[in-house]
Amino acid sequence: MRSIVAVMFVLAGGLGLLRAQVHLGQYAEADIVYGSAIYANQCAQCHGPNGDLIGGVNLRGGDLKRAATDEALRGIMTAGIPGTAMPAFKLDPSEMIAIIAYVRNMRDFESKSVRLGDATHGQTLFEGKGNCTTCHRVNGKGARLGPNLTQVGSVRPASLLELSLVDPTSAMLPLNRSIRAVTKDGTVITGRRLNENTYSVQLIDTQERLVSLEKSDLREYSVLKTSPMPSYKDTLTSAERADVLAYLLSLKGPKS
Amino acid sequence: MIRRALFTTLLLSSIAAPIGAQVTSERLLRAADEPQNWLTYSGTYESQRHSRLTQINPTNANSLELKWVFQARSLEAFEASPIVVDGVMYITQAPNDVVALDAKTGAVFWVYQYRTSPDSRPCCGSVNRGLAILGDTLYMATVDAHLVALDAKDGQPIWNIEVASAASGYAMTLAPLVIKDKVLVGVAGGELGIRGFLAAFDAKTGKQVWRFNTIPGPGEPGHETWSGDSWKTGGAPVWLTGSYDPTLNLTYWGIGNPGPDFNPAQREGKNLYSSSAVALDADTGALKWFFQFTPNDPYDFDAVQIPVLVDTDWFGTPRKLLFWANRNGFFYVLDRATGKFVSGFPFVKVNWAKGLDADGVPLQTMQPPGQPTYPGVQGGTNWYSPSYNPRTGLFYLSVWDGYGSIFTAVESEYKEGRFFTSGRIGSPIAPAAPMVPFSRRTPINTWTEEAGHGAIVALDPRTGQRKWVFPMTDVSTSGIVTTASDMLFTSTREGHFQAMDARNGAVLWKASLGGAVAQAPMTYAVGGKQYVAVASGSGMFVFGLRD
Repeated sequence: MRSIVAVMFVLAGGLGLLRAQVHLGQYAEADIVYGSAIYANQCAQCHGPNGDLIGGVNLRGGDLKRAATDEALRGIMTAGIPGTAMPAFKLDPSEMIAIIAYVRNMRDFESKSVRLGDATHGQTLFEGKGNCTTCHRVNGKGARLGPNLTQVGSVRPASLLELSLVDPTSAMLPLNRSIRAVTKDGTVITGRRLNENTYSVQLIDTQERLVSLEKSDLREYSVLKTSPMPSYKDTLTSAERADVLAYLLSLKGPKS
Repeated sequence: MIRRALFTTLLLSSIAAPIGAQVTSERLLRAADEPQNWLTYSGTYESQRHSRLTQINPTNANSLELKWVFQARSLEAFEASPIVVDGVMYITQAPNDVVALDAKTGAVFWVYQYRTSPDSRPCCGSVNRGLAILGDTLYMATVDAHLVALDAKDGQPIWNIEVASAASGYAMTLAPLVIKDKVLVGVAGGELGIRGFLAAFDAKTGKQVWRFNTIPGPGEPGHETWSGDSWKTGGAPVWLTGSYDPTLNLTYWGIGNPGPDFNPAQREGKNLYSSSAVALDADTGALKWFFQFTPNDPYDFDAVQIPVLVDTDWFGTPRKLLFWANRNGFFYVLDRATGKFVSGFPFVKVNWAKGLDADGVPLQTMQPPGQPTYPGVQGGTNWYSPSYNPRTGLFYLSVWDGYGSIFTAVESEYKEGRFFTSGRIGSPIAPAAPMVPFSRRTPINTWTEEAGHGAIVALDPRTGQRKWVFPMTDVSTSGIVTTASDMLFTSTREGHFQAMDARNGAVLWKASLGGAVAQAPMTYAVGGKQYVAVASGSGMFVFGLRD
C-alpha cells in the first residue's frame, strides 16, 4: 500500500513539471496515475515494473509494433494476441483508458524527479567537453565501445541516466560489462559483452569487431564489474549534467 | 559395448507391446516395464522421469545426431512433454492442438485443432504440458478449462466438458493423469483469485466422479485457516501432473500459491491447502494427508513440483518415500503413507526461513521491506521435472542459484477474471535492471551475475550434499530425464541440449538448438533404436545414435 501511495505522491508532485516538459498530449493526468496502479496489478506480472521484462516488447520505449494506435492497444488488451503469452483482459472502459494513458507515458515517469536542462547545449557537451562520442554512438556518429545511445531516451528511465553520469558503475546493466579474456595461446581480448551463455561469450572488442569466444578455448576469463566510463561528477557542473541528461532523454530513435 | 547394444535391441524387441494394442490401466501400472514407450507425463506413476533404456550410454553418447524435428505452429513456450505409444508420438501444440506423429520419422498422422474460448486468460502464457492416454483415447486439459477426449487413431473428439469457468479466471495447463478408469485434472488461476480444485472424471463419459477443493469450504477441516471470505478467492491451483502409488491407492499432488499472491494480510491464517502436498484416495478423492511447505505463503512459492515416489532403504529401513524439491528452496523427504516429515534441507540460498523444525515447519524469517528474499519469486526450482536415478541414488534437479527478489505487498481488490496478486516484485540488483523473467523470449541474456544463474544439481537425498553441480550462465527452465545407463539429458534456457554422465556431471555431448527450453526431455525407442526428444523454441528435436 505504502508503495502505491509513494508513487502517486511523486507523480502528483511532478506532473506540473512533467506537463511543461514532456507534452502529455491527450492523456489526462488522473488517467496516467490511475493506470499506473492498474498496471502494477494486471500487467507487471509479465511485463515487469519497468515494462521491459518481455524481450522485444518494451512498453516504456513506446514503439509498440502491434499497437501503433491506442485503438490497436485497446484491441490487444481486449482480445489478447493468439499464439503468444498475451491473454485477453477484462477491464472496465475507464480502466482501459487509464492503462493506455499510463503505457503511453511510462517512459516519462521518472523525468519529473530529475533536473532537466537544455538539450541543445547538452548535445554540444556530449560531443565536446564530455568526450562521450569517444565511446558512445548516436545516429551514426561516435564509437561503438559503449552502448549505442540513439534511442536511450526511450529505453532507459531518466533516473538511471542521471545516475550513470555521476556513478556509471552503479548504473551499468550487467549485460554491458567489459570482459577480459586470454586465449590458450596468450592473446588478450577485451571488449564490451553483448551476450553470454554457458559455453561462449559474444562481445565487441576494442577494434569494434564482433567476436565470439568459446570459453573452453580460454585460459582466463573475467567480467569486469567496474564501468570504464568516467564519472562526470567533478568534470561537468550540475547544470551541465542536466543539459546532457535533457539531450539523452531527447534521443528517442534514429532520425528519419 | 557391442554385446550390450545387441542385448538392448533384443530387450526392446521382446518387450514391445503389439502394435495397435490399447493402453490399458494395467499397462499404465507397469509402464516402467515397457521403456520403449512413455505413457504418462513423467513416464511412470512414480514420476521419477527415469527410463530403463540403455542403448545410449556414456561411451557412445558423443555419436548422437539429429533424427527429426517437429515445428509447432505456435509462438507460445513449448512446455509439453510428449507421450509415445508403440511407435506413435502424441504431442500438444500450444495452446491446445494435438498432433500424432511417427515417433521414428516425425511424419504427421493427424492434427486436431482446438479453438480456445476468447474468455481464456491464463496468467503466464497459453501453454499446455501434454496428454494422457487410456485405451484408444487421449485426454487433454485446455487453457479455457475444458477437458477433451480424442480418438487416438484419428484425432476426432469424443467428448468435451467444461471443468470450470474460463471467464472467472480458471485455466488448465497440466497434462492429465489417468488412474484406473478416471482422468484426473486440476485447475490453474492462482493469480486470478480462483478457488482451486482437483477433480476426477469418468474416462468414458467425462462425468465428474469426485472433486477435491484445495481450499476447504465452511464446515470442513482447514476452513478456519482462511480469514473472512478470503477462502473464496484464495487460489491454491493445481497446474502440474501428480503421481500415484497403487499399493496405497493414493495419488499425490502439489498445490499452488494462495491468492492474492503477495499480501498475506488479505488472507490471514495458514491458508490450507495452498503451497502444500496432498495425498488423496484415488477412488474417492478423500484427503488422506497433507503437508504444508509454506504456511501463509507471501512469495508465490507454489508447491507445484513433481511428487517423486521412491521405495528405498533409508538408513537401514525400507521406506516408501516422497521426494520433493520445493520452489521455496527446501528439499523434503516425506513418508508417503502418512505424510510425516522425514527430513529436509535447503538446496539453494534461503533466507525466508532459517530452517525447518522437527515436523518440517519452516522457521520463518521475513526480510525487512526493500531487502531481497532468497530464493526469489520464481523459486529455487519450479515446475521443471526433476529425475531420480535408483542406480545412483541421486536426485537431479534444475535450480536457480543466488536468485532473489524484493517483495512488496500492496492492497488490491478482487474482481472476477482479473489478476489478483496484491504486490510488486523488484530486482535486488541495479536500479531498473532487467529482472529474470519466468521464460526467455530472446536469444540475449540480459540478467547475469548478481541476478542469479541456473545449475543442474545432483543431490544426495540422504544428506543434502551436492554430489556434483553443473553451473550455467542463464537460469534454466528445463527438466531432466535419466536412464539406466547413467545418462542424464537436460537443457539450458540458452538452448543447449546436453547429454551428461549422471554419475559425475560430465558433459558428453551437446547441441545448440537456438531456442529456450521450457520442457523436460524424455526418451523412447522404436524398432530397437533409442531416441531422446526435447523441445526448444517452437520446435521439438529428436536425437538418436548415428546409424
